[in-house]
Amino acid sequence: MEWLLQPWPWYVSGPLIGLTLPALLLLSGKTFGISSSFRHLGSICSPNSRLEYLRENDWRGESWNLVFVAGILLGAGAGTQLLSSARFPLLPEHYHSLDGAARLLVGGLLIGFGTRYADGCTSGHSITGISNLKWPSLVATISFFVGGLIVTYLADAGYLGTLP
Amino acid sequence: MKSLTPLILGLFFGVVLVKTEVASWFRIQKMFRFEEAYMFLVMASAIAVGALSLILIRKLGLKGVDGAAVAVKEKPFQKGTIIGGAIFGMGWAMTGACPGPIYAQMGSGEYMALFTFLGACGGAYLYAFLRPRLPH
Repeated sequence: MEWLLQPWPWYVSGPLIGLTLPALLLLSGKTFGISSSFRHLGSICSPNSRLEYLRENDWRGESWNLVFVAGILLGAGAGTQLLSSARFPLLPEHYHSLDGAARLLVGGLLIGFGTRYADGCTSGHSITGISNLKWPSLVATISFFVGGLIVTYLADAGYLGTLP
Repeated sequence: MKSLTPLILGLFFGVVLVKTEVASWFRIQKMFRFEEAYMFLVMASAIAVGALSLILIRKLGLKGVDGAAVAVKEKPFQKGTIIGGAIFGMGWAMTGACPGPIYAQMGSGEYMALFTFLGACGGAYLYAFLRPRLPH
């Protein structure tokens, strides 16, 4: 039982993440992806929106996606409460501040905008698209990394301010 | 049962995200600094299993439980694949979370992830607003 409570090694977690793709396909007939949930939430929050992207979105037909992310919320809660011997921090201590909140809000904005513009995130492009041997998803994944490396470089060079 | 399946699979995915610490800011930082191989190995093995499953599904001609043929949604290349992708990557490095982990962080009680989530919803709205003017 002890192994279950420790963080799982990559050769357990990676394949389990990969299995989510065929499981969703075979059991629900759906393509694994998460960032479209932000679009669906937007459509729900502004029905009859004058923005075509939100109005012309069949979120009811894609409601499985919102059920899936609700499952992630519950699963993460269960995994933390019941299956972890020691809590590990998901965010560093210095993010629990006004400065941290601003960073997360701006970063979140880039995530929502970027994933919708790219039509996918790590799950839809990096795992699903590359597994399906689609080159645009490989290009997307390389772009994710380029963006991440730029910010990491700028942060290390001190251009993004210093955190308290 | 039909709507219960995605919930159960989401539960499973949520547990995995937390138990692998893929939802941890620290893991993402170490990935972008190439300080540890963990995230790369997680991604590589996930893709290997995903690709192998798709090959098997097609070779064996497996159908979904509802009897329908299995079809993976296509995402055609457009300018946003690169521009949007890089913008997402910046947010990923700033927050230490991609979309799945945003939900996982909230679910495991990291309340600060609410800001990431609200930002992401705002970002999707901003995209909806700017979409007619963006190159695709």
